[in-house]
Amino acid sequence: MLDAKIPDGPMAEKWTRHKFNMKLVNPANKRKFNVIVVGTGLAGASAAASLSEMGYKVKSFCFQDSPRRAHSIAAQGGINAAKNYPNDGDSVHRLFYDTVKGGDYRSREANVHRLAEVSVNIIDQCVAQGVPFAREYGGYLDNRSFGGAQVSRTFYARGQTGQQLLLGAYSALMKETVQGNVELFTRREMLDLIVVDGRTVGIVTRNLINGQIESHTADAVILATGGYGNVFYLSTNAMGSNVTAAWRAHRRGAYFANPCYTQIHPTCIPVHGDFQSKLTLMSESLRNDGRIWVPRAADDARRPSEIPEEERNYYLEEKYPSFGNLVPRDVASRNAKEWCDKGFGVGSTGMAVYLDFRDAINRDGEETIRAKYGNLFDMYDRIVDDNPYQMPMMIYPAVHYTMGGLWVDYNLMSNLDGLHVLGEANFSDHGANRLGASALMQGLADGYFVIPYTLGDYLAKAGPAGIGVDHPEVKAVEEQVTARIDKLVNSKGKKTVDEFHRELGLIMWNKCGMARNETGLKEALKEIPELRNEFHENVNVTGSPGTFNQVLERAGRVADFLEFSEEMVRDALHRGESCGGHFREESQTDEGEAKRNDEDFCFVSAWEFKGVDKEPTLHKEPLTFDEVALTQRSYK
Amino acid sequence: MAGNTINVTLKVWRQADEHARGAFASYSVKNISTDASFLEMLDVVNTGLEKEDKEPIVFDHDCREGICGMCGAVVNGVAHGPQSATTLCQLHMRKFKDGDTIVLEPWRSAAFPVIKDLAVDRTSFDRIIQAGGFISVKTGQAPDAHAMPVSKVNADAAMDAASCIGCGACVAACPNASASLFTAAKIIQFAELPQGDPERRRRVIAMVDQMDHEGFGSCSKHYECEAACPKEIKVENITKMNREYMRALVTRD
Repeated sequence: MLDAKIPDGPMAEKWTRHKFNMKLVNPANKRKFNVIVVGTGLAGASAAASLSEMGYKVKSFCFQDSPRRAHSIAAQGGINAAKNYPNDGDSVHRLFYDTVKGGDYRSREANVHRLAEVSVNIIDQCVAQGVPFAREYGGYLDNRSFGGAQVSRTFYARGQTGQQLLLGAYSALMKETVQGNVELFTRREMLDLIVVDGRTVGIVTRNLINGQIESHTADAVILATGGYGNVFYLSTNAMGSNVTAAWRAHRRGAYFANPCYTQIHPTCIPVHGDFQSKLTLMSESLRNDGRIWVPRAADDARRPSEIPEEERNYYLEEKYPSFGNLVPRDVASRNAKEWCDKGFGVGSTGMAVYLDFRDAINRDGEETIRAKYGNLFDMYDRIVDDNPYQMPMMIYPAVHYTMGGLWVDYNLMSNLDGLHVLGEANFSDHGANRLGASALMQGLADGYFVIPYTLGDYLAKAGPAGIGVDHPEVKAVEEQVTARIDKLVNSKGKKTVDEFHRELGLIMWNKCGMARNETGLKEALKEIPELRNEFHENVNVTGSPGTFNQVLERAGRVADFLEFSEEMVRDALHRGESCGGHFREESQTDEGEAKRNDEDFCFVSAWEFKGVDKEPTLHKEPLTFDEVALTQRSYK
Repeated sequence: MAGNTINVTLKVWRQADEHARGAFASYSVKNISTDASFLEMLDVVNTGLEKEDKEPIVFDHDCREGICGMCGAVVNGVAHGPQSATTLCQLHMRKFKDGDTIVLEPWRSAAFPVIKDLAVDRTSFDRIIQAGGFISVKTGQAPDAHAMPVSKVNADAAMDAASCIGCGACVAACPNASASLFTAAKIIQFAELPQGDPERRRRVIAMVDQMDHEGFGSCSKHYECEAACPKEIKVENITKMNREYMRALVTRD
């Protein structure tokens, strides 16, 4: 049984009490502690900057050429906070409630409540940093609504909210490299974790420019390395996003929680060719004004403008009258898939539905719509070569976010002593489905307002680790990393890394994607190890390891995806219920909606690595719901 | 959205490392879909090279949505290629014709040394930001977000400037390899906001000095940066930056 270390007391007082009860490191002693932060997205950059401000010595790592490139930058829509500025009934409790319900009762209540509490501080902090949020003429902040909520609590900066929040955190990090204690390591990829006598004491990295294998030791390690959506090959993730840091930590003993929970985002630009390298998301905020429909007749080949109103099926508005087009992401995605599978899909592949702004443009005028979504419309036009002011957009769901991640307790520490995990890389706040505008909130909550407290408590109790880079265990891990790289380079096979990645992606999309069943999952469990073996025998990694070698970078990431994917499928197979983004075909209501099974599956599945080709061991963290009663979600 | 294919000839700058001598290499690219993005075309070329056990072309890229600022190359003499307000990753092959020759080079500037092929070292941009591209507020110090209203006009102007993605196209496009547009965008974002006021003078002096120190050239108003900028940052920001700089020099405390 896993202990989440949830503090005692009433839900609304847990965090406050915990903050008081935690031990502190006095200001003079903070400078004696070294902390490694891997990743410079919202969670990593905010954590590194905040810890440095407090006085800790911080080493910050990213594989990109600058911390500002981390994939948080691509988030478009916005960030939630329970400010209740619009006076429409929002509160910390309502944000907490919506998030627990939106997560389909598979998140940890205490963590979510804390998230809702600190959400208000995030907005304050970002405004003070100069983040140019959208404002009204009176000079006050504007809000909009987002899927899964009936209040307007989303703050935004045009369609570039993630960019602006990340640049805010990045600027704080840059400030600390000069005024504070941050040492920056760019173009470095973490390839392993160093654990000595059960305590996490460092990481091994590869310098991506010259191939140098380097070790760094510290008193605590923080992973803020994002999600694993690229296991599907095609996703809305950046090309470099990967599971390697998390997977390597898992192989060293950290449990991986709920790997099968992936989010499929409903409003993405459909797939159009074999050469396709990634999918592009269009912010969910489009669903505020766009109406989703398919023709009433299957295989209707007419242009959308030729289809009269009564022959259009606005299926979300009809099926879910109270939420309409603003149902949560999992519900919107699944309905799109259903209608396309039934033959009502549109576009050249039939795998798309319309997102139509005709009515909104008639109602508000083109200028108003342009002001709200101009950059998104332009982006669509650039990619698809079609003008959404005149023609409805075509959209289809795509893999976007992963709710699963390394298991952490209430203090955001994994089961491995000293290893802390923040942001998308951990698992705790979004359950089986993440609501829109919540990822930015969680990343910044973890980095600005949670880890600065809980890490102090850890360091005060654990004391210095006292391990240097010349420790024999450090050298041993370095040698293993080098051996792994040599194996990849020496394989000298015939297939490219990307060919393997695409094959893996197809297996995962078809058998562990939007809908899964036992037969398909069992097939995947056979196919993945076969593909993995073939990879190690037949992959061709060109160039040498001692140079800037992007093929080698990808090969290492795909090698880890080939191991991780198997665990993901095992988790999906084990979870014989539908919940949130996890739709098991065997578990649905008579109306075809996801059917949760609280009796058998109201727990977190945390997997312990036992070796490649060996079954991982399952550890359960039971979930209890004291504040938000367990009910079947309904958005009707 | 016609699903056509075209054939093009690529002339790509290949350079093994910072100190190696580079040269153009020629590749013939067949049957590329016009719906493919420019980087997807490069993926296809690279797959071909890998199949021949040759080292593929190194190029920086990550989000492929035009927001991370990681990608960029000079295409036929134009930073990010022929489509205005578009990063290289968002440029599509439909902008080219069958039989075209496409010349591809890295950003060229003394302050952006080539690392390999099309990838350059842009850490000089980080150092400009480190010099003053921030507001010195620590986590937890902030007052309520509504404590300080900001006029919509200023907020919008700040957002216009803040949309810079730090790709470096402005430097690559400038005959002087000036980083003025990049530097000005950050300075003006903060100059438009009351939150940026306390450090206004120190910031502009420090950032402009750092820009000079990195070896970027001066602005002589060619406006090439504005034409190349994928986020349409305006040269007007440079004018405002110069005004900020002059004001800071005479009023420095």
